[in-house]
Amino acid sequence: MNIESVLRALLVAGFIGLIELLCRTHVIPQSVLIAPSQMLTHLVSVVSAGVYGKDILFSFTNIAVAALLAIVSGFLVGLAVHSMPRLRAALEPLLASYYAVPTFIFYPVFIVVFGVGHGSIIAIAVLLAVVAMITATLTGLDRIPGVLRKSAAVMRMSRLQTAWRIELPAALPYLFGGVKLAVAYAFIGVIASEFILSGSGIGYAIAFAYNNFESDNMYALMLLVLISVTLINAALNYFDRRLQARRQR
Amino acid sequence: MLRILPTFLLVVALIAAWQGLHLVIGAGALTSPWMTVSHLASMMATGDLWSNVGATAKAFVYAMGLALIGGIVLGVLLGVNRLAGAVAEPILLNLYAIPKVTLYPLVLLCFGLGLSSKVAFGVMHGLIPILLFTMNAIRQMRPVYLRTAGTLRLTPIQSLVHVLLPAILPEVVAGVRLGFALTLLGVLIGEMFASQRGLGYMAVNAMGLGDIPTIMSVALLITIIAVTCNSLMLMLDKKLQHR
Amino acid sequence: MTFALKGGSVEPLRVAPDTRTPHVTLSQVTRSFKKAGAKEMFAALGPIDLTLNKGEFFSVVGPSGCGKSTLMDVLSGLARPTSGEVMFEGKVITSVPDGVGVVFQEDASFPWLTVHDNIAFGLRRSGVEGAEVERRVAYALGFMGLRDFAGAYPAQLSGGMRQRVCIARTLVMQPRLILMDEPFGALDQQTRLLMGDELLRLWRETGATVLLITHALDEAAMLSDRVGVMSSRPGLFIDMVETGWDRDRDSRVVSTPRFGEINARLWDKLRVETMKVMGARH
Repeated sequence: MNIESVLRALLVAGFIGLIELLCRTHVIPQSVLIAPSQMLTHLVSVVSAGVYGKDILFSFTNIAVAALLAIVSGFLVGLAVHSMPRLRAALEPLLASYYAVPTFIFYPVFIVVFGVGHGSIIAIAVLLAVVAMITATLTGLDRIPGVLRKSAAVMRMSRLQTAWRIELPAALPYLFGGVKLAVAYAFIGVIASEFILSGSGIGYAIAFAYNNFESDNMYALMLLVLISVTLINAALNYFDRRLQARRQR
Repeated sequence: MLRILPTFLLVVALIAAWQGLHLVIGAGALTSPWMTVSHLASMMATGDLWSNVGATAKAFVYAMGLALIGGIVLGVLLGVNRLAGAVAEPILLNLYAIPKVTLYPLVLLCFGLGLSSKVAFGVMHGLIPILLFTMNAIRQMRPVYLRTAGTLRLTPIQSLVHVLLPAILPEVVAGVRLGFALTLLGVLIGEMFASQRGLGYMAVNAMGLGDIPTIMSVALLITIIAVTCNSLMLMLDKKLQHR
Repeated sequence: MTFALKGGSVEPLRVAPDTRTPHVTLSQVTRSFKKAGAKEMFAALGPIDLTLNKGEFFSVVGPSGCGKSTLMDVLSGLARPTSGEVMFEGKVITSVPDGVGVVFQEDASFPWLTVHDNIAFGLRRSGVEGAEVERRVAYALGFMGLRDFAGAYPAQLSGGMRQRVCIARTLVMQPRLILMDEPFGALDQQTRLLMGDELLRLWRETGATVLLITHALDEAAMLSDRVGVMSSRPGLFIDMVETGWDRDRDSRVVSTPRFGEINARLWDKLRVETMKVMGARH
């Protein structure tokens, strides 16, 4: 436990404590924000009662499918593009500009094509996440030191062996960075589209609660998203550190 | 000119794919490239499109200004003070990863519908990347620059203006490029559910009316604007590469 | 270095230094600091007693980690000694005093400025007027052989040239004391030898007192009036070697027998200290 973690914990605890105080004393009105402790207790009761079970399942299914699709297709596309330098040179300016375009503006297009439901949500989430994985794959493959491939050649390894035993492990940290980004974008894409237009899902539930002035439900769900993101991030970061630790001297 | 030829050909191929998709799915779901462009042209002739462009632009300029100033100032402060930076970084990274859409209801409750909410959304999306890039730029700045400033007996203000800021400029520009895109995204998303004006609103409104050509035209217009601005910033980025 | 107008051109006056007057004095100087996470203070340097005379060329050699760079921080005023005092021109220094120039081990040229603007940087910040700035920069460009590169950016130059830019930037401030921390460390041997000759030229032209930190014994032996040998951490001076070279020397002294003797003596003392450091590593 170093001083930074301690300070951070104090900062976060202090902030939450302050909000709690301001809510309890009604400096912040109930209609705007409910006390964090209330959010938590309501979340626990709502989850244990299984009220939002269907929506939670809907959202996490979307996130998992979108993330998986984005990671696999992103990796394969990255692999393919890396082996075709001329295609890559043509593609690179487009990839660089990709995240400049607010991809969300195509959500209405997907809704018209796929209708409201899993399809359009997963589509927009994949659209958001896939390029991060492609870029990470390209960078990872680039960064494999040439000397490793030369060593593989000297050891007379086959192409498949080289790819599996040398190139993949060497590129793994960068690939994992892409995985982290893809998961984050998938999460954002799914929840945001459900919020804007959907019939089910956590995002939809938050919008519904907002429109019906159900602040306790709304904040409970927002807290759920916050906790989920923090946990998923922490898990991914843990794996990332394990991966990096072996490579540091 | 010859260098962008492959990219140009790729874009042409993508447009051809678009046309192909249109033929498969039908004009009821996806308008063809030509239809989209001509619809956009006709919309540009009316005042309606331009007033919406103006609304979006106004919100964007406010949001971008706030995100820039806030991001750079805070980034410098957190970069210079190592402890504060180390404490804040994980919190900021976590905030960055949260789907900010989950905080939208809170923003709406604070700012109501309309311009302030849109600006708030934009700033929410754009400030953190600018902050993080600026902060990292300062941390990774070579210490020998400030030591040189010390030996040349510069005042703290002189060190800040003549050494620190020029040294971090390339990274800050990279952060601003990202912040630009995200601020625009934030403003547009905000318009999609919290406003009666702006391009985001136009798209959602058209969706409600089943007006596919308008949706596509608006998407096309935004894509063109976004890509143009990004290319300009990339050019600026390259100019700074002589370092 | 002062300038004189001679028939319309600008030339430096060769200042003959008075080499018997003390210029810099360190008395019982030590420096320790707290390392992050450690309980005890890290003793980096000292106690050091050292007097540099005006216009002297003094080198410091020692094993890695012995505190040579700390010595420079203390001498330049970038760091305060934990005990003892540093006097420059009769006054105790508490911050970077006027008249001291520092050349660092790493390349400190500002990549966002041209060579010309890099050299002019210090002058402009200290309020020297435009015409004088241009005059001094032009001189420095010529002196350091950078005239053809005035409009180039450091990224376009080799390591040796970038160091020359840093030296030129220091030179234009007309320092009376020049401190150099392994300035040629990143360069190849041949370039180092040539840069050594340039350094001697610089020293003679400016009449400044020079302190050079180097790990290369031959460099110290070749360039200096006196060489101080430092022990392993915390650094103390365990030997002072007078070379007795003429002021007009250049790299050709390496072919004299005296050079070999000096080298041998330096290595003799240094070998033991270096072995201590190497042992500590394993």
